[in-house]
Amino acid sequence: MRDDLENAAPLLVLDSVTVRAANTTLLDGVSLSVLAGAPTALIGPNGSGKTTLLRVMMGLVETASGRIERNNDTRAIVFQKPVMLRRTVADNVAFALLAASRPADHETISNLLAQVGLTGIANRPARKLSGGEQQRLGIARALARQPRLLLLDEATASLDPAQTSLIEELISAIADGGVKIIFATHDLGQARRLAGDVVFLVKGRVAEHAAAATFFNQPASKAARRFLAGDLVL
Amino acid sequence: MDASSSLYLILSGDPTLYAIVRLSLIVTLSATILAGLIGLPLGAFVALTRFPGRDVVTVLLNGLMGLPPVVVGLLVYLALSRSGPLGFFGLLFTPQAMIIAQAMLITPIIAALTRQAIEDLWGEYREEFTAMDVPPLMRVRALLWDARFSLVTILLAGFGRAAAEVGAVMIVGGNIDGFTRVMTTTIALETSKGDLALALGLGVVLIAIILSVNALAWSIRQWAERYAG
Amino acid sequence: MKLRHIALTAALVVMPALAPSSTNAQDKSIVVASTTSTQDSGLFGHILPLFKARTGIDVKVIAQGTGQALDTGRRGDADVVFVHAKSQEEKFIADGFGVQRFDVMYNDFVLIGPKADPAKIKGSKDILTALKAIQLSSAPFVSRGDKSGTHAVELALWKSATLDPATAKPAWYKEIGQGMGAALNTSAAMSAYVLADRGTWISFKNKDALEIVVEGDKALFNQYGIMLVNPAKHPAVKKHLGQTFVDWIASAEGQNAIRSYKIDGQQLFFPNFDVGQIKKAG
Repeated sequence: MRDDLENAAPLLVLDSVTVRAANTTLLDGVSLSVLAGAPTALIGPNGSGKTTLLRVMMGLVETASGRIERNNDTRAIVFQKPVMLRRTVADNVAFALLAASRPADHETISNLLAQVGLTGIANRPARKLSGGEQQRLGIARALARQPRLLLLDEATASLDPAQTSLIEELISAIADGGVKIIFATHDLGQARRLAGDVVFLVKGRVAEHAAAATFFNQPASKAARRFLAGDLVL
Repeated sequence: MDASSSLYLILSGDPTLYAIVRLSLIVTLSATILAGLIGLPLGAFVALTRFPGRDVVTVLLNGLMGLPPVVVGLLVYLALSRSGPLGFFGLLFTPQAMIIAQAMLITPIIAALTRQAIEDLWGEYREEFTAMDVPPLMRVRALLWDARFSLVTILLAGFGRAAAEVGAVMIVGGNIDGFTRVMTTTIALETSKGDLALALGLGVVLIAIILSVNALAWSIRQWAERYAG
Repeated sequence: MKLRHIALTAALVVMPALAPSSTNAQDKSIVVASTTSTQDSGLFGHILPLFKARTGIDVKVIAQGTGQALDTGRRGDADVVFVHAKSQEEKFIADGFGVQRFDVMYNDFVLIGPKADPAKIKGSKDILTALKAIQLSSAPFVSRGDKSGTHAVELALWKSATLDPATAKPAWYKEIGQGMGAALNTSAAMSAYVLADRGTWISFKNKDALEIVVEGDKALFNQYGIMLVNPAKHPAVKKHLGQTFVDWIASAEGQNAIRSYKIDGQQLFFPNFDVGQIKKAG
């Protein structure tokens, strides 16, 4: 099934997209095609534009120039620190469902909570959750939209190893269900474990875009080689 | 009347005193509800809508928080007087006029503080709501609900301000014995009659009520922290 | 959904509070604009229950300075005006705002002062000499300064003594712009002289170190008058109920009620309605 998907039309195409803010250029002529299939990892040093790129893909940012082509597929994003509504866990999910014009019935909510492993704390105030739990709730809210494209910004950045592997399992499960995931991460091991292909950003430009195996074993660009060796200083 | 007998009067539930306290609470409570019905949506609207002159309105609302009660009283008096534009209602020197005056006094407070609270919360929720594609009406209702503890505190602040004022209710109510006499106007009257002990006793009751309202606001915030985050 | 319910409930609570209560609509009540001195003396607390028992009419008294009470009548916000400034009342009638004016009771003014008596006027029966002594010694003097009946009398007395501190505004002359009670409080605190009506003085509870220093001068006579606000100018005036009140005050029962009001055994007001005052309706 994955082969069929990989041969289908791209979900999202960016063509020379530039994003500016104040006096800085956040993205500089980024061109990228997002194809269905295994998750895509977005990696690069701090300030390279990973978060901006995800937000552009979500349609949250105005571009200074360039074109974005996409079909009407539903997309959803989980920010690095998802904002919890001042209500219970279940009500947060219900809110996302209602916003997506879906019924917020008990069964649907329970299913979503079960998917992210939050059954049992449905009635806890969302703001009292741990970092990992809030991340998972953010993912549940995103899944409530039944997205075809799911964008994750540093989903495990502030989590301990146990919580991290829980989230990684979740990401794999979601991807296996046919959702295209693009995830930004600092964790190169995570990228190795989950990604089908890697987009490597440096200073707002795509320095390299290759299959995961290729990128990690035989990176084409000098920047990638230095980054993987731990040498890239900006 | 010396201090101990006025204290006895207060504690024993003297009917005249009871009527004065009761009227004070009815007037101020009604004014707060009325001001809330106008001020909460108004504040939310200004917080969330872009319109020309928005900054002017914001500054105006903030400034009107400091509206002097006597000035409000005078304006309402001129409007409700038989010789004024709304005279045919015959509302001057009635509790209804007092409710209207106090509501006018505290609506800016409630609207301005609501605007601030909703704007702050919107700043926090904006990205998520945009990403979730939340429709506008659902957005407003979600913000008002999530800000509920702040909004209740804001209403209590309005209540406190109205309960403490004397200028507006004195002018539009006339301090009529048994009809428009409230705690603050009675304190003013008893002071002018030289019955300072009774005035002081009533002052204590008034302070006790305002302190209770503030304690209530505080415990609501504490409860919110603990149970809703 | 929860929000809508809350808003609806709130609106339902406020509506009844805002609607004029049943005691407002076609109730038997009138608004009487009177002076702070009449209210502060406690007279109304004594006579109004008797009026209500006789007629079932509620009298709502707005106590203001004479100037403000007359203005309230001019605006049609009161049904009856009951003050003590004869020349201002006569102008009120002449301008067409009132139907007719009647003398109904009198009391007198007294000069109150500190026991220390810096102007050395205690016991005098001559108010004009006393005022001159106050000016000479620059002793502190508190003036109502509020266009009230008492204020008008005070200004007239200074004028008769050919003095004018109200215009010259020397440091010892303190205009406070408030009612009789406030003026007495201020005088007690400042150990100052002040002109007061006897009724308010007797019922005043914060006498401190103040006492009567001058009384009995004919110039201190204080006449009260009552007027029905002219329904021709303000159709909303309750002319029948208002007239009932005027009639009752003038009646033997009303005059006796006034006479019977005493504090510490002292009568405060002296009824003096004279039937001869009534003009035949033209």
